[in-house]
Amino acid sequence: MFTTGAKRWLLLGIALAVGASFMAHSPGFGMNRYYLGVTIDAGIAIILAVSLNLINGHTGQFSLGHAGFMAVGGYTAAKLSLMVSPAGEAAWFFPIALLAGGLLAALAGLLVGIPSLRLRGDYLAIVTLGFGEIIRVVVQNMEAVGAASGLKGIPKYTTLGWTFALAVVTIYFITTLVNSTYGRGFIAVHDDEVAAESMGVPTTRYKVTAFVIGAFFAGIAGGLYAHHKQFLSPTGFDFLKSIDIVVMVILGGMGRTAGVIAAAVILTLLPEFLRAFSDYRMIIYALLIILLMMLRPQGLFTFKLKKGSQA
Amino acid sequence: MDWLLQQSINGLGLGSIYALIALGYTMVYGILRFINFAHSDVLMLGAFSAFYLEPQVSRLFGRESVVGAIMIVILAAGICAVLGMLIEFLAYRPLRNRPRLTVLITAIGVSLFIEFTAQHEKVFSAKTQFFPRLLPEHSFQMGNVFFNSTDLLVPVVTLLLLAAMWFIVQKTRIGTAMRAVSYNQQAASLMGVNVNRIISFTFGLGSALAAIAGILYAMKAPGIEPLMGVQPGLRAFIAAVLGGIGNLPGAVVGGLVLGILETFLGGIPWLSSYRDGIAFAILILILLFKPAGLLGKATVEKV
Repeated sequence: MFTTGAKRWLLLGIALAVGASFMAHSPGFGMNRYYLGVTIDAGIAIILAVSLNLINGHTGQFSLGHAGFMAVGGYTAAKLSLMVSPAGEAAWFFPIALLAGGLLAALAGLLVGIPSLRLRGDYLAIVTLGFGEIIRVVVQNMEAVGAASGLKGIPKYTTLGWTFALAVVTIYFITTLVNSTYGRGFIAVHDDEVAAESMGVPTTRYKVTAFVIGAFFAGIAGGLYAHHKQFLSPTGFDFLKSIDIVVMVILGGMGRTAGVIAAAVILTLLPEFLRAFSDYRMIIYALLIILLMMLRPQGLFTFKLKKGSQA
Repeated sequence: MDWLLQQSINGLGLGSIYALIALGYTMVYGILRFINFAHSDVLMLGAFSAFYLEPQVSRLFGRESVVGAIMIVILAAGICAVLGMLIEFLAYRPLRNRPRLTVLITAIGVSLFIEFTAQHEKVFSAKTQFFPRLLPEHSFQMGNVFFNSTDLLVPVVTLLLLAAMWFIVQKTRIGTAMRAVSYNQQAASLMGVNVNRIISFTFGLGSALAAIAGILYAMKAPGIEPLMGVQPGLRAFIAAVLGGIGNLPGAVVGGLVLGILETFLGGIPWLSSYRDGIAFAILILILLFKPAGLLGKATVEKV
């Protein structure tokens, strides 16, 4: 039923989640609020990076609009939660809100995916960037979600358990998908689109599917983020946020799930360690991108793979 | 009628600046086939060069003098031309013949590097600074239409620069070489064209134009800050795509069309708050219906 790679991931993920939630709840190993917050940030980053990896890594497209999908999911879920219970007493509603956010983000992914069938490389990058900007401009003008001043008072439903459970689901779903018979199509599109097309692989459908699934999980991550930070503002979902996620995927090695997860965790924790150098933090970050592209464009964590495995 | 005239004047000014920036994007794309994200930051550096040159130059030539303004523009363009060539030499040249995505991500990295360095306290700092007036400004009024000398200056300067560009690209030896490299790099190099030198020259030329565009933009804007180039840069890129990327007249047409459309659509009350999204909506429409751009030729991918 499972491929061995996917099974391994599933077990590892479950162990991680159980371990993490155990640590968060047991008094002896109790994490303080700060560590808990950062750990949840890392979990959300994993979902974002793994879902973008499906689009940019496995399928070989180049999306610069992942923050836009995250915004759609986050705002949808937050608004729904606030409508059901402004005081935050409807935790049972959380999964429904997340799912709704994910679905709406998937719809946005479908809208971006459709023009992507005609575009390649940098054109696609600029179009997805444009979609991200359009989403931001629209949100900025929507009074219902607080417009430019942001959406405040979102109930705090996101827990460590939810975050890591969903991270595991994301990792499991995407690795299984890519390693399945159907999933070979994504890799075919990545390797050589023209050859894939002539072999009868419906490249267009694969590209759109990648966008829809990637956007769905980004939307879920957005919902988790909204109910974690309890505040959303349109400026939090700008171009830089998308770049952050792209850098996680590149650092981890495009299409390498293990590396991408590691990169997501490292890049979330790194700024916390660099607080002392906060003035230079972003300059270092930019230099890191340039040096990485010059010295190791295949990513830092690219290990030798077993034949035929994509995860 | 007045409204139309007023918006046309505004749109023409904005469009001219877009056109100047778009030329840099389109030239680099024509030769190296990647989006030079750092181009919009060169524009910012141009404005800041002028900002720091102004006190020195006005000490020599007096405040708001024509000679002084020309000096500032030439010096700023020179500084940015050198910076543009430096960026190409340090960041892009080592990546020649690498996959295009690698270069694209590097370009984003270079752009972020310039922006964050510029925002640092000890460099320009992130706050908006007042841009000094370089030339005396006169205001005019025709009926209900208002404009000032800067509004007239911008299209005139643009026109002069476009003429100079046309001359360089079409009539000089180096321009011929540029066209040859953009047409077929390998063949050009076999014919004895020094491809690296031509690419360097292209970056210098594009960066000089961006610097001048930056100064013109700063003259119309209330102030300058390290991220001032981002929005006009993105718009100019869209203008280049709109006109057909790699096509020089296309960049100019695209810039003017985009500037005018943006001003007119942004002037409609219920659309005005969506102004920032208009350019992107136009981009998506053009890519859907005419991906080669207004003046571009459709290309067929050969296997």
